[in-house]
Parts: sequence; structure tokens; C-alpha cells
Amino acid sequence: MSFIEAKNLVHEYFRRDEDDNVVDVLTAVDNVDLHVEAGQFISILGHNGSGKSTLAKHLNVLLTPSSGSLFIDGKDASDEKNTLKIRQNAGMVFQNPDNQIIASVVEEDVAFGPENIGVPTDEIWERVEKSLKAVGMWDYREHSPNKLSGGQKQRVAIAGVMAMEPKCIVLDEPTAMLDPDGRKEVLDAVHELNKKKGVTIILITHYMEEVVGSDYVFVMDKGSVVMQGTPREIFSDVETLKAHRLDVPQITELAYELKKSGVDLPDGILTRQELLEALRYLDEN
Amino acid sequence: MLRDITLGQYYPADSLLHKLDPRVKLFGTMIYIISLFLFDNLWGILWITLSLVAVIRMSKVPFSFMIRGLRSIVILLLVAGVFNLFLTPGEKLASFWILTITKEGVKNATLMTIRMVYLIIGTSIMTLTTTPNQLTDGLEKSLHGLTKLNVPVHEIAMMMSIALRFIPILIEETDKIMKAQMARGADFESGNIFQKAKNMVPLLVPLFVSAFRRAYDLAQAMEARCYHGGEGRTKMKPLQYVSRDRNAYLLILAFFVIVIVLKVVF
Repeated sequence: MSFIEAKNLVHEYFRRDEDDNVVDVLTAVDNVDLHVEAGQFISILGHNGSGKSTLAKHLNVLLTPSSGSLFIDGKDASDEKNTLKIRQNAGMVFQNPDNQIIASVVEEDVAFGPENIGVPTDEIWERVEKSLKAVGMWDYREHSPNKLSGGQKQRVAIAGVMAMEPKCIVLDEPTAMLDPDGRKEVLDAVHELNKKKGVTIILITHYMEEVVGSDYVFVMDKGSVVMQGTPREIFSDVETLKAHRLDVPQITELAYELKKSGVDLPDGILTRQELLEALRYLDEN
Repeated sequence: MLRDITLGQYYPADSLLHKLDPRVKLFGTMIYIISLFLFDNLWGILWITLSLVAVIRMSKVPFSFMIRGLRSIVILLLVAGVFNLFLTPGEKLASFWILTITKEGVKNATLMTIRMVYLIIGTSIMTLTTTPNQLTDGLEKSLHGLTKLNVPVHEIAMMMSIALRFIPILIEETDKIMKAQMARGADFESGNIFQKAKNMVPLLVPLFVSAFRRAYDLAQAMEARCYHGGEGRTKMKPLQYVSRDRNAYLLILAFFVIVIVLKVVF
């Protein structure tokens, strides 16, 4: 069985009036099938309100499915007994770096997760050191989180999740509140964790550029998965993406426009390097 | 402007007092306060002053930091002193107009002033040498027994430490909201104190809303990291007594015994 297996997953938000009668039902996640193998780097794309954050919260059992089934690492997410075990195996990083740091010293914050799951003191210190080094924040271990930049705070948050030694990390728009430098810092750290430690990554984002390096992409709109495939497959289909109110990375857009006006380029160019090579190839022939 | 507020008054230094377990310091402060209200003769004052001076020297914190706390209670001290001086009945020393100074009055006023000044200095030594987090930890551990009486000790300690972490963030936010409103013509500076307070109301509403939102986010982040109360929780920096803490306990007890002896004998 794969690491994450969702079948016909549905989540409905109910709006109730004063007498607790349901007045409105909003289906945030609508019949989603998700299939993620261990060690993959997965991106989930979608604009605001597409249901991607609601889906992400299911993977950490902050929400449970209204119907359908969800298995994470072979454990049923609907069964309350599994909640803590799943949270330990699938850590979560949120959007606002300030609102997820609990302690007033960096190293103590990273220790918060292991403390909760009852790791012995000596091992907590080992884990804190390992995870802070993995995201390059070891030198800041005694600092107050209030004095760090957004990117640094977010890396501390990632270290806090790493210290619980999860098999998978779900990042819910981790870069939405960061400047370009911070965004790069965080993404580099995440890619490194995926490559070096084999952690499964699920990156929720609406920045097209961040999706390029992933193994597989799901595109969501109005609660359903509307496209899925490798980044190259996804970005080859510029029209469908635009129909779902999503943009493509600048370079892909440029290649697409060039192609439309008659330049003979292949579909799904993702990086500047690829475009250069394709143009050079054209030039030579 | 708002960012200048510092919370707690920890003074970092490398001294024996800084290294002591916070529980020892809490216990010591308690014994010290009890002693302050036990003594009533010159020998008692001398002994306590001597011990206080020794502790101050040991803490390596400049004396000026300790008397800083006194400034805020100067008026209280004066009022208490004056009332004690004039309103204690007893053997008449001097009198003018309707005021009478008695022998007991002088004694009471002196004792009262010394007690209050020593109380402030003594407790500031504790807050100056202990970080707020250590203090919370120490309280949690010392009061752990109350859990049996259904007092949520762990939860209170957790709330205190989270509050400490969020104070600077909320101050920054207040600053931001203030600037945003000032940019649209709000006036926080002019008027008397009541008008100023009234002008602050539009500041509080957005601040509260955002504080609740933060609390919700934080609760979710804590749950996502497997927080499920104090049960089965381990600590990265557990409080553990070492030999110096045991010695400190003995010293504190010795100090207390001498206070009692001095009270009984003289």
C-alpha cells in the first residue's frame, strides 16, 4: 500500500443557524483520490478557495473526512486511536511563521514536538541538534524567534517538525508570507530534506515556480483534483491551467507564446536552461 | 515607542544565584518573606540585613537594578510610614496640633518601612536572576502536587509561557495598527487621559480579533505537533537538583532557624 491513499475523500463545512439547523453546506473537498508513494515530492496547486488547505489538514488529522476513506502509512485517519500516531508520521508546517512557534527560544521550540511524544531528554537534545543542522539554523539555537527573519522562522518550524522524525511533511503554503529570499531559503531546505533524508514532501502552494522541482503535481479547483501529472505534463497544457485561473511559470509562458506565434518549440519547457537549449537547437538546424 | 517595554527584568550574569534551580529560589524567597514578618527586634534586622547583603553580593547584579523597583512604591511607603508614625496609640514622645508621635509609632513606622523595602529588594533578586521561563518551569514543578486537587498546573504554566512569547508580537501588532490608523487621521496623542483612553478603543477591537485568530492558528500548530496536555510529556531541559541546590536548601533552613532563635531569645 502506498504512503497516502485517499479514496473519494469528501469534506463538507456546515453553516448552522442559532438552532443548530444546517443552513448551508460547503463542499471544500469533493471526491478526491490521492495516491502518494513514500519518498516522493508532491505539489498540490490551486488558487485561493480551491480546497487545497482543507485537504492538507486531513493529512494531519486536524480534520477528518465527511465521507470517503483516507489511509496514511496504512492507518485509518477516521479512527481516533490513530490520530497521534499519524500526526507523528505526517508533520505539518503552516503559513504564518509567527503563529506556529510556541517557545521563546529556538531550540526549545524545536524540542516541543519530541517533548509531546515523550522522547527521553538525551534523545531530545540529539534530535534538536540534528534537525536544526538539517535546515541550517544550528547557529541560532539560543536566539529568540522574534528576532529571526520570516524565512528563518519558517526553517525553525520545519526543524520543529523534523525533530519528531516524521516520514512525511505537509507544508501548507509555507512561503506565502515570505519575501523572495526567504522563499528560496525554505524551498531549498525542503528539497534537501527530500533528497538527503528521503522524507516524503507534500507542498501546498499557489506559486507555479515552486512546483517545477517536484515529482508529481495535483491541481485543485473547487474542491476537486482537475489535473495531475509530472510538472512537465501539467505545464504543457497551458490552456487548461488558465481555465482554472492558474498561471504558468514565466519561462513556460514565454515558450508557449513563442510557440503560438510560430516558433517550433517543444511543449512544457520549465526552466530557462531548457528554453535556451531548445532555441539553440532550432538555431543549429 | 511601545517596543521599549521589557517584560520581566532578567539581568544576565554568571553567578551562583543564576545557576540555582528556580524551585530553590522560590522556596528561599518564600522563607525570606515569612522571616521579614517574623522579626521584631534589632538583632533580627541585623541578621536579615547581613544575609541580604551577602545574597546581593553573590548575585553579581548591580545594586541600582534592585532599588529600581522601589521607585514605584515610594508614595505607598510614605503613606504607610506617616500613618504608622502618627496613628499608633501608646507612650507619647512629641505632639503638635492634632498629631501625636508615640514611641510605638516610631517603632512601627521603622519596621514597616524596612519590611517593605527589603521585600521589594528580596523579590527583585529572584526575578533579576531567573528568566521568566525558568520561573514558569519552577512554579509548574513546585505546584505539581496541586494537580491532585484538579488544579490545571501544567496548563497554567503552558499558558504563561505562551503569553510571554506572544507579548512582543502583540506589541508589534499594536504598533502596526496604530500607525495604520494614524495614517488615516486617528489621533492618539492629544487630549487628556480620558480622551486618550477613549481613542484607544478602536485599537483594541482589531487587536482582539487578531489575537483570537493567532490563538486559533497556534492551537492548531500545537495539535499538529502532537500536543495533548501534560500527560506523558518529557522535557528537553528538566529541572534537576544538583549538590549546590541541596546546599542552598540547607543554608535557607539555617537562615530561618536563626531568625526564629533570634525572635525567641530576645
